[in-house]
Amino acid sequence: MAIFLDRNSRVIVQGITGSQGAQHTRRMLAAGTTVVGGTNPKKAGTTVDFDGVALPVFGGIAEAMASTGANVVVAFVPPAGAKAGMIEAIDAGIELAVVITEGIPVHDSTAAWAYACEKGNKTRIIGPNCPGVASPGQSNAGIIPADITKPGRIGLVSKSGTLTYQMMYELRDIGFSTCVGIGGDPVIGTTHIDCLRAFQDDPDTDAIVMIGEIGGDAEERAAAFIEASVTKPVVGYVAGFTAPEGKTMGHAGAIVSGSSGTAQAKKEALEKVGVQVGKTPSEAARLMREIMASR
Amino acid sequence: MDLFEYQAKDLFAAHGVPVTLGDVATTADHAREIAEQIGGRVVVKAQVKTGGRGKAGGVKLADDANDAGIKASAILGMDIKGHTVHRVLVTEASDIAEEYYFSFLLDRSNRTFLAMASREGGMEIEQVAVEKPEALAKIPVDAIHGVDVAKAREIAEAAGYPADVLDQAADVIVSLWDVFVGEDATLVEVNPLVKTPDGKVLALDGKVTLDDNAGFRHPEHEELADTSASDPLEARAKADGLNYVKLDGEVGIIGNGAGLVMSTLDVVAYAGEEFGGVRPANFLDIGGGASADVMAAGLGIVLSDPSVRSVFVNVFGGITACDAVANGIVAALAKLREGGTQITTPLVVRLDGNRAAEGREILAGAGLSGVEQNDTMDGAARRAAELAAR
Repeated sequence: MAIFLDRNSRVIVQGITGSQGAQHTRRMLAAGTTVVGGTNPKKAGTTVDFDGVALPVFGGIAEAMASTGANVVVAFVPPAGAKAGMIEAIDAGIELAVVITEGIPVHDSTAAWAYACEKGNKTRIIGPNCPGVASPGQSNAGIIPADITKPGRIGLVSKSGTLTYQMMYELRDIGFSTCVGIGGDPVIGTTHIDCLRAFQDDPDTDAIVMIGEIGGDAEERAAAFIEASVTKPVVGYVAGFTAPEGKTMGHAGAIVSGSSGTAQAKKEALEKVGVQVGKTPSEAARLMREIMASR
Repeated sequence: MDLFEYQAKDLFAAHGVPVTLGDVATTADHAREIAEQIGGRVVVKAQVKTGGRGKAGGVKLADDANDAGIKASAILGMDIKGHTVHRVLVTEASDIAEEYYFSFLLDRSNRTFLAMASREGGMEIEQVAVEKPEALAKIPVDAIHGVDVAKAREIAEAAGYPADVLDQAADVIVSLWDVFVGEDATLVEVNPLVKTPDGKVLALDGKVTLDDNAGFRHPEHEELADTSASDPLEARAKADGLNYVKLDGEVGIIGNGAGLVMSTLDVVAYAGEEFGGVRPANFLDIGGGASADVMAAGLGIVLSDPSVRSVFVNVFGGITACDAVANGIVAALAKLREGGTQITTPLVVRLDGNRAAEGREILAGAGLSGVEQNDTMDGAARRAAELAAR
């Protein structure tokens, strides 16, 4: 098992004919993902060749689902088209939409989220501005380098791409059930809490690493959720202690506003509910290593 | 991007929000001319992107045009919470019967928009929220359905705006929503929104934050950027398309990925405690790829910061291959040297992940003086801090 994505997942790529879409389709295929096609309304009916694998291009997600049985879409579309892409995924009712696109206006992501809610949240949205989700050894939807770790029993949820990779690599000998990069935008679909809940319910996950960063109050809310509903051990890491107030640190959502959204407050909230928080990513990895060794 | 009050009010006016007549001046003479055109009493207001201008003496009433010039010359050049006043807004003085508060903002926690409104205006809204939470109405606004007159009226009533201004206030709220959506703002705040003695509702102040990600559909917003205030290195980085934030420490930082770079700053500051409090000098995310050109541009900026005493290049190869990054570093240093840059600042490089062994070999084989490698992020941070403290 794993969460959100497993060996039975059938993936289509929105924007498969673009350079990003094509590059990462090739990587997903190499990681063993069942990629069954892609979409581009202008190139519907054609196929794209990936080292001998010819993938069909459809006009839209609903059509691709009907033809291929796809249940996951990974979106590599430019920011201007991302809102329409998300709404298309929601209308098609696909199970999982992974939105890699960085730089989406927050009015667009907020409107897409409102639309998802209005339609009953049948489509799980991961991102935007995220590296995607990978269940090592099973499937990889997005841009996470799946081959830097092995399958195992740690669950990982993170706002940051490279810190996800760093943690996967540090604990590569123990391995992961699923790694979810939820993205660094102010408004995202799947949250820390959604992942914590899924990992708690996943029989193949024994412990959870949660990586947060400055901005918003997602980590504080996750801490409250952990206290109430998570019995599996959780190790935390929070980035951005040295970030100055009022400056966006790379991710659109990574900003300390006044006294809210600080790394210190997030660390304290997590520690208060019994989460061990590493001072550095390596220390967090060490803490997780100890937990897994004692099991 | 935060806007100055005068820019916010220009947007207000363009979307039909009633504001007082006025214009912005950078000299006392110009302030006098504007006051003359307006006629009568005016207010001269420091244009700085921080609160508490009034208390700091940055907002003054002037009886006539000459007085406006005098007041402007007193305010221009003033320091308000670390912000130097380069501009003043000269605007007609309006009598105030009542002051209210109004804002639209992004509510991250609930992934929706929020209207906040109160009958208690003029003071800091944080203070109202603490002292009189019952006086602050918070009404969620659905991003799809938005704000029509009926919704605006609901908000105005929840705020407790008096009955005689409800209709006007609702119209103003609809126009402010138009600013919020039409300009891709993440904050539109009016404090105070006033009622004049003759019963008119006016936005007497304005605060707007625009979403930088929406720049592609607002090319006109580029003109609103305050290039004079930004740090010269930040301006140069921006021109090079680099994600750079100047900080006040001594260890230059280059890394890939926003989260990893933020983490690198923390790890350096943490390691620096041992070396007399050495701190990171900047945030610089070179993103994926890390080509020689991007690396050269990044190194060029970090090395030209006079406070930088050592540089920590921290790359985790996920999709990026470390051998490509190593080649990028070698080529970047050669490029900088060819361009006449004397590189005397020591570099500590940590390459890990995808093709790390190959990358390390390339760097070691290049025989670069002043460049050393460390296999772990914590170890490299400690070494960079140690070198900066020398």
